[in-house]
Amino acid sequence: MPESMPSFRSEIERLEEIVRSLESDDLDLDDALVLFEEGVRRLKAARGLLRESELTVKRVLEDANGTLSTDDVSL
Amino acid sequence: MVGDLDLFSAAAVDSGEGAWSVADVTKRARRLIEAGLNRVWVKGEVTGFKAYRSGHWYFSLRDAEAQVRCVMWRTDNQRLPGPPDEGTQVFVDARPTVWEERGEFRLTVRQLVPTDTGGLWQLRLERAKAALERDGLLDPARKRPLPSYPRRVAVVTSADGAALKDIVSVISRRWPLIELLLVSVRVQGEVAEAELCAGLELVNRLPGVDLAIVGRGGGSREDLWAFNSERVARAVAAVRVPTISAVGHETDVTLTDLVADVRAATPSAAAEAAVPSSAAAAELLGGLAQRMVRGLTGYTDVGRERLARTADRLTAAAQAQLERRSSRLESLGGMLDALSPLKVLNRGYAVARDAKGRVLKRTRDFSADLEFNLTVSDGDVRAKSVGE
Repeated sequence: MPESMPSFRSEIERLEEIVRSLESDDLDLDDALVLFEEGVRRLKAARGLLRESELTVKRVLEDANGTLSTDDVSL
Repeated sequence: MVGDLDLFSAAAVDSGEGAWSVADVTKRARRLIEAGLNRVWVKGEVTGFKAYRSGHWYFSLRDAEAQVRCVMWRTDNQRLPGPPDEGTQVFVDARPTVWEERGEFRLTVRQLVPTDTGGLWQLRLERAKAALERDGLLDPARKRPLPSYPRRVAVVTSADGAALKDIVSVISRRWPLIELLLVSVRVQGEVAEAELCAGLELVNRLPGVDLAIVGRGGGSREDLWAFNSERVARAVAAVRVPTISAVGHETDVTLTDLVADVRAATPSAAAEAAVPSSAAAAELLGGLAQRMVRGLTGYTDVGRERLARTADRLTAAAQAQLERRSSRLESLGGMLDALSPLKVLNRGYAVARDAKGRVLKRTRDFSADLEFNLTVSDGDVRAKSVGE
C-alpha cells in the first residue's frame, strides 16, 4: 500500500506559515514577493485538490501469512 | 398404554406381570407433564449454574421451599449478554419436561430475565464499565483530538451494512480527498466480538491511517451487543490512531462509544466528524488568500513609504548641496568680484588699451598721435595722444 498521498494538510499548513510571515513585517520586499508567489502556487494546488479529488474506497484483505493488500470497492 | 392419565391404573402389585419399563414410565411422565404444563413463567433464584463447552447452560432455580433443575440451550442463551450470576433472582419463560435419561423433572428455559431493573444486560454492562474505568480507559484525558485533514481513514464495519453506505455517501459529498480503507467484519451474532477485535487490531497494521471509525447501523439491543463487549472496548482503546465510535441510533450508547476518542450518534455523524467540509476549506483558503494579499500590500506600502522617504532625503540633500553650492558660488563670485579690475575702475581709475587690446601702462607706450581706448567704469572712450 502506498504511504504518500497528496496532502491538503501540508498545503494549508505551509500557506498559514506564509501568511503569518507576510503579516509579520520583518521580511525584505524581495523575500515577501518570493513567499507570495509560493503562496499563490499552493493556493492553486489546494483548490485543485478540493475540485478534483474523488473518494477512493478499498477493502483490506489479509492472507494466511498476515500479509495485507487492498482491492477496490465500487459502491 | 399412553393416554391414560392414571399412572397406576395398570399396576399389578406383587407380580412381574404388567410391569413398566423405566423408559415407559419416564416417557409417560414426560408426556403428561408437557401436556399439562405447556408453558410457565417462573420466578426463582439461580443456583448451581454451569455452562458446558457445548454452550448449553445447566442450573437450578430455587426459592425457600423447593428447587427445580433447568436447562437453557445454546440457541436460546446466546441471545443473552452472558450467564446470570449465582443467586440472581430471575424470571424464566420455560417449558416443563422430564428428562427421561435421568428421570428428572426440569424446565427448558427459553428466556431468562433478571428481576432487577435493567436486567442482565445492564448488569454485564455495568460490570464491564467498572473494569474499564479501573484501568483508566474511560478517562476523558485519554481522548485524542481528531486530525483536521485526515488522508487515510479506516472503517471497521460490515461490508454490506447501512453504516458503510452512509459513511461513504457523507464523505464523498463533504471531503472526497481521502482514501477510505474498509476493514470488513461481521457486527452482530456470535462471531461479531472476535471479528471486531481482530479488525481493530488490523487497523494498527495499516500504513498511513490517521483516523479510524468503528460502528454499525441501528438494530436491536441484541444486535448491538458486541459493541458492549469489554474485549471490543479494550480493542478500541488499543487503536493507535484517534477513533470514532458510531453504533446504532442517537439513543444507543455502548461501551465502545465510551472508550473511543469521539462518540458519534450515527455512522453519518461519524463521517461528518471525521472529515472537514470542502466548502469550509474553500472558505478558509479564501481567507488565507486575502490575508496573503493584505500582507504583501503591507510590504509594498512599506516599500513605497521607504522609497518616498528616501526620495525626500535625496531631495533634501540635493537641496542642501545646492544651497551650499550657491552660497559658495556667491562667495566665489564675491572673490572674483574683488579681483575684477572693474571694481578699480569704480574707484575712478581707467585702463588704456591700444587697437590690439594691449594695455598701455607706461609713457613710452604712448607715441604721438596714438589712438587708443580708454575704459572707464561705465564704458570705453576713444582717445588720442597729443605727445609729451
